[in-house]
Amino acid sequence: MTKTHFEPSIKSRPVYGVLEARTGSEHVFVANAEGAEAILDVAKVADKDFWSAAHIIYVPGRSGETFQAALKALGAPKFYVASHISSALNRLVRSLEDCRMGTQFYLTGTEGLMGQAMRDIMAAGISHMSIQTEHRGSLARRVQCVHCKGIAEDVTTDPYQCPHCDLHLFVRDHYSRRLAAFQAVRIDAEDHGNVPPAEEVFP
Amino acid sequence: MSNEKLKLDVVVSDIVEVTDEIKRFEFQRADGHAFPPFSGGAHVVVEMDDDGTRRLNPYSLMSDPSDTATYAISVRRDDGGRGGSLYLHTKLKQGDRVRLSMPNNLFSLDRTASKHLMIAGGIGITPFLSQIKQLKAQKGRLGTAGKADFELHYFTREPAKTAYLADLSDDAAVSLTTYFDNEDPDRDLTGVMARQPLGTHLYVCGPKPMIDIVINQARSVGWPIENIHHEEFVAPQPGQPFTVELAKSGLTVDVGERQSLLEAIEAAGVDAPYMCRGGACGQCETKIIACDGTIEHNDHWLTDEQRASKQAIMPCMSRFSGSKLVLER
Amino acid sequence: MGMVFKDETFRDDYSFSNSPEAIKRFPFPFDKDSYMYAVNMEPHTPVRAGSVYEKSFDVDEHYVSEMRDRALVLADDPLRCQSLPHMTLAGWDLLELIMVAKAKDYPDLFTLHQDGDRWHWINRPLGIDDTFTFGDETTLPYGPMEYITRQAQGDFCVLDQREGNLWMDAGMVTTQADWSLDFDIGMNFFEWHAPVPLAHELGIFQRALKFLTAVQIGAPARRLNWTMTVNPLLDTSPENYHKWGIQKTTLTSENIGTKQHLRVELQSFWRLPRSNALVFPIRCYLISLQDLVSQPKWGRRLHRVLRDLPVELATYKGFIDNRPAILEYLSQFDDGAETSLGTWPEDD
Repeated sequence: MTKTHFEPSIKSRPVYGVLEARTGSEHVFVANAEGAEAILDVAKVADKDFWSAAHIIYVPGRSGETFQAALKALGAPKFYVASHISSALNRLVRSLEDCRMGTQFYLTGTEGLMGQAMRDIMAAGISHMSIQTEHRGSLARRVQCVHCKGIAEDVTTDPYQCPHCDLHLFVRDHYSRRLAAFQAVRIDAEDHGNVPPAEEVFP
Repeated sequence: MSNEKLKLDVVVSDIVEVTDEIKRFEFQRADGHAFPPFSGGAHVVVEMDDDGTRRLNPYSLMSDPSDTATYAISVRRDDGGRGGSLYLHTKLKQGDRVRLSMPNNLFSLDRTASKHLMIAGGIGITPFLSQIKQLKAQKGRLGTAGKADFELHYFTREPAKTAYLADLSDDAAVSLTTYFDNEDPDRDLTGVMARQPLGTHLYVCGPKPMIDIVINQARSVGWPIENIHHEEFVAPQPGQPFTVELAKSGLTVDVGERQSLLEAIEAAGVDAPYMCRGGACGQCETKIIACDGTIEHNDHWLTDEQRASKQAIMPCMSRFSGSKLVLER
Repeated sequence: MGMVFKDETFRDDYSFSNSPEAIKRFPFPFDKDSYMYAVNMEPHTPVRAGSVYEKSFDVDEHYVSEMRDRALVLADDPLRCQSLPHMTLAGWDLLELIMVAKAKDYPDLFTLHQDGDRWHWINRPLGIDDTFTFGDETTLPYGPMEYITRQAQGDFCVLDQREGNLWMDAGMVTTQADWSLDFDIGMNFFEWHAPVPLAHELGIFQRALKFLTAVQIGAPARRLNWTMTVNPLLDTSPENYHKWGIQKTTLTSENIGTKQHLRVELQSFWRLPRSNALVFPIRCYLISLQDLVSQPKWGRRLHRVLRDLPVELATYKGFIDNRPAILEYLSQFDDGAETSLGTWPEDD
């Protein structure tokens, strides 16, 4: 699966680019599932010794074994396959303590993975504008219910039912980098019970 | 902006020789009121009457931002310049009255930083002096930004010409590295840059070639542009006289050799907006109605696109040569 | 001046109302018979004695009750007041700005004694008498921004200025027109305005940002914004929309005059000196249609403005479904007569 095309939207909705190898002292990659393909695309153009300063944190998810051998073969001295996004983020946050200015960050995969990694890197003092991102794979969204503040991972339908407060919510394009989530609002607030059928719009 | 009500009428309360080329000018308010506090890195525009020529030059405040009794600037004498610094050095006396703008800050510390890396060249030390005073005060109290660490790298020609060298070296809170060889401004700082913790912001103030070198070095070791800040202390340079038509005011104005376009517009009695007078803030941007000739764009504000299409000019810094220039002013 | 503070509610039984004096000084936002976005900034300098533009931070008959409502909102949801760690200095700037202004503008209500860093603040309407050390958070019961904005009407957004942009990095937001501080905190100027229709395309936000980043110490600016609210509900938050949204469906031809309110925000913009941040107070004023049409010029004009408003704006402002009913009500007060330019009611 290649880079995703998104329709133009409001200014708070993140836009993603194409990863490119940049000059830096260290190269930290955080990726999930098909995001592996974006890393392998970088490898097609990057110098061989680029990978000697690379740290790859990869969550295979639905891609399973598909890309793991190819990623490992890049030769990054630090290569970690995480069982879940949360374990990947734990490792990332610990690694940030040792990073120096000049470290480059590359995020690729789903919006939920990229958003959470970006949130943690920003907390370490790096502007979101200098973190590279490339979307690959599922369009599933990480969404916050604005009413109960509960986060739902991997939301694929609109509307969806909040797993925490049971309200039926519509998903906006309004996005918070600090929460790493889209905003969702009760869909039947002005007409209780009138909930349109859920459609899979974020496959 | 040129809001007259906001001007500060001040008295020169002291003039102190700092080095053989640098003097410090201290001001107190003529009405005895307190100054507003300001943020480290802010500048004021000093309004001078230089033998009938009205000069408005920006200088960084270098006094303690929480000191509301006194504002101070330090000025290096520029013998080749248009005269603003010469006027201050040779004509201004203790007890004289001048006017200042309110402080404006175009070189603010980024308070989200985990650390501040300051790089000064010569008189470019001045904004850092107020920033350091503010950071030290906050470490004690103001704001939980007490986590913000800083270090200073200071480039000058020789110790004797290094303003405030003793104050900075004696200050236990200041981590200072000096370089007395700015004949060779190409000194490698990449090692210093590469060892900084994540979230450090870099600030550089000094002559343009030095700024360019520092920015290039930081970029070469992978620093993101968002973490790099610079302030160039520039004065409009003298140039060939030219004539400009001001369409809204219905005036034709001659711009003298040692006068900026903005100064000529002001001398003609036209109120024009400004803030930094150094081509950086964008406030004086003026639309070009007609242009038959060449604009010498000396600002940092307009994009190459805007320059190519001759849409706008920054009158605080830029000049013109040619047969006709008409501005929407 | 002997101001009398009303004991009233902005929830449940909605006992809020405006006195005849408050109606006269209501900041009616339309200076002509139509409305479109504009960068309608003007200097925030005193205009007309008794108007809401006379003082830096207007205090009116609703002060004590509005502060009580704010405390209730915060008890339910402390996330309505947040300050990112680098914004504490700006919080002190704001505390100083408000205390100095209120003590000067309302000496019978507020007193500030400053002895170096030792400050003594007396707020008589709220019964507060505190001595604290300026710059030392441990000497106040809350952070500086929260402390002072629990004592000042209207919402406060404290914006950090970096990278040529403004960042919503702190705020006290309990009387908002349907936006969430907790969600928007950390966003830049374009991002937190992202949901606003049409204005981005008109370049409104680019021009506004250029203006705002240049606001100087001592030279505040102001503008008005507006929307429509059913019931005098200050806290029209997204957080509680699942509860209050249904109230929009309760209008009838009998109750619309008292239930439907015009909601006006007096927004001002101030440079904060120590932090170089910008504070953006958003003061909310409510008036029922019934009270509004007591000024004939306002009744005629509001009818015309709402009738001709683009659908996108009526939808964004949340009253598209109620527009026909509102117009039907207001049309009774529009005899087609000419209206004078400007917003003051008596200039007819």
